[in-house]
Amino acid sequence: MSAADLLRFAARALTGHRLRSALSLLGVAIGVAAVVVLTALGEGAQRYVTGQFAGLGTNLLIVLPGRTETTGAVPGVGGVPNDLTLDDARALARSVPGVEKVAPVSMGTETVSHRARQRQVAVLGSTSELLEVRRLKLARGEFLPPGELDRGDAVVVLASKAARELFPGEDPLGAVVRLGDSRLRVIGVLAPRGVQLGVDMDDAVILPVATAMRIFNRRSLFRILVQVRAHAEVERARVAVVALLKERHSEEDVTCFTQEAMVATFGQILGALTLAVAAIAAISLSVAGIGIMNVMLVTVSERTQEIGLLKALGAGRRQVLAIFLAKALLLAAAGGLLGVAFGAGATAGLVGLYPDLDARPPGWAVGAALGVAVVVGGVFGVLPARRAMRLDPVAALARR
Amino acid sequence: MIRLERIARAYDVGGRPLFALRDVSEEIRAGEHVAIMGPSGSGKSTLLNVLGCLDRPTGGSYVFDGREVADLDDEELTRLRRHQIGFVFQFFHLVPRLTALENVALPLLFAGLPPDQRRERARAALEAVGLAERATHRPDQLSGGERQRTALARATIMGPRVLLADEPTGNLDTVSGRQVLDLLERLNGQGLTLVVVTHDPGIARRAQRVLVLVDGRVVRRVPGREAAGVAEWFASAPHQAGDGP
Repeated sequence: MSAADLLRFAARALTGHRLRSALSLLGVAIGVAAVVVLTALGEGAQRYVTGQFAGLGTNLLIVLPGRTETTGAVPGVGGVPNDLTLDDARALARSVPGVEKVAPVSMGTETVSHRARQRQVAVLGSTSELLEVRRLKLARGEFLPPGELDRGDAVVVLASKAARELFPGEDPLGAVVRLGDSRLRVIGVLAPRGVQLGVDMDDAVILPVATAMRIFNRRSLFRILVQVRAHAEVERARVAVVALLKERHSEEDVTCFTQEAMVATFGQILGALTLAVAAIAAISLSVAGIGIMNVMLVTVSERTQEIGLLKALGAGRRQVLAIFLAKALLLAAAGGLLGVAFGAGATAGLVGLYPDLDARPPGWAVGAALGVAVVVGGVFGVLPARRAMRLDPVAALARR
Repeated sequence: MIRLERIARAYDVGGRPLFALRDVSEEIRAGEHVAIMGPSGSGKSTLLNVLGCLDRPTGGSYVFDGREVADLDDEELTRLRRHQIGFVFQFFHLVPRLTALENVALPLLFAGLPPDQRRERARAALEAVGLAERATHRPDQLSGGERQRTALARATIMGPRVLLADEPTGNLDTVSGRQVLDLLERLNGQGLTLVVVTHDPGIARRAQRVLVLVDGRVVRRVPGREAAGVAEWFASAPHQAGDGP
């Protein structure tokens, strides 16, 4: 009996009970579709997040005070980390080779008000360099003025939402807002940017770093963003930054990581999540396998007589086994293919709804889901097939 | 062709053996036409199943064409059934979803013949039983007689040495039954060994020999022309094993 004959015979047998075959096939299809859709979404999310990071600027070093890695030092001996100061920022800009721009950042939240309108916003103190380092775009007016870091001009740039809320229907340029105890003149408004990594970048105000540090009464910066000229120089610059700050602070008390490292970390986390979700979806495939087994067992007991007949006509034990295994595999494979089609369709539908999400079924997931479906069909088909193989032809034929 | 020696077939019923066949010794020559008669439960079908290698006897020796069947493994038994033995059943046992042609071709499928050869031979076999134009009909579109003739074409397509028929006309009207019997006799005339289980003396009469089974034993052997007497003898009284006239 050739493979083609076997498959044709099995397929004919399956179409003999269409509804039941279709239902068990549907079970597999749903499982496979779930795997396909969930992995497509997971990978889409991964691409989305890394895209967002790329939007923050590339070739970026981020310096923050304190060490995230433990040194094994006795607590207390290492002491409180030194402040990350404006002088540090200045030194970085001056002495580290390959550095293009340095943007010190001080950060806090404060209430900003204009006449009777008040709003709690994120307050970013920085310099004119921030515009390019974080890829911000101005809608109107101008950004922070370039110049000495210490110059604490009483000016502010409003992000789009803050501007809209504080000045509904008005032109904020030139107006004076109150931030804490200070009065600041609005010199610019940013273009909308949207939520980035959970922070609403549109609900913020940006002012000169010295002004911000005075308002918050802080001596240490929140972090220093360093833009390196070329991608190849990023790692060398990172080492230089750490070395320089170690020298200035007489100990290594800062953390400096690359934007890339962060992207990679996020990528890893999302990749692990995608796998976990896909694994959960794959469990539904094994449930579908039980569905196949059920159908096959029903078929075996329903077709007892036919199996006996086939044996009387000269079908060998192995042929009977092969016929029933082929049935299970056919069900699983057809269900798998249907599931891939379902999954691809559903993914396309979701992308239609959320065009930002670049979701497409990953090839590895499609292959794995199909493979698992067929393996499941085989595994759960063995028991019924063996039962069919062992049927006593006499007993089988005797039933009428 | 077939030699049975002290064949027994026992079933375990509640720990006690129940004999469907006991001590059956018989010889059937190649080309012979033998009828098996007996009341229901006498072991006729069991004997036929043993002859067809569907059932293994629990005792005794069965030699088919010079080979001891008990010594054959599963694979060899399957081949024996496929190539040497044909079956015809009272209830036809056609596969309902397959056409007449596909039903006839089934043994060829298991024998591994390529599709075009299968079609050709199955068509010829259907033609031989006068059903060429019914080839693409499914069993539920065929009359009882046509179904049994299809089954007969299927049983003989491998060119077997022995044809075993279990009440082949039991579900047919007189005319269809006669057609089937004529076909069986024609095949027998061509040298096919024919064993027919029946309770109809009109059918048994056509055989050369009639074996009468009661309680799993062959109690009488009579020539076919005396089959009517066997039926009368059944009707006359309850019988004890072995108390033949």
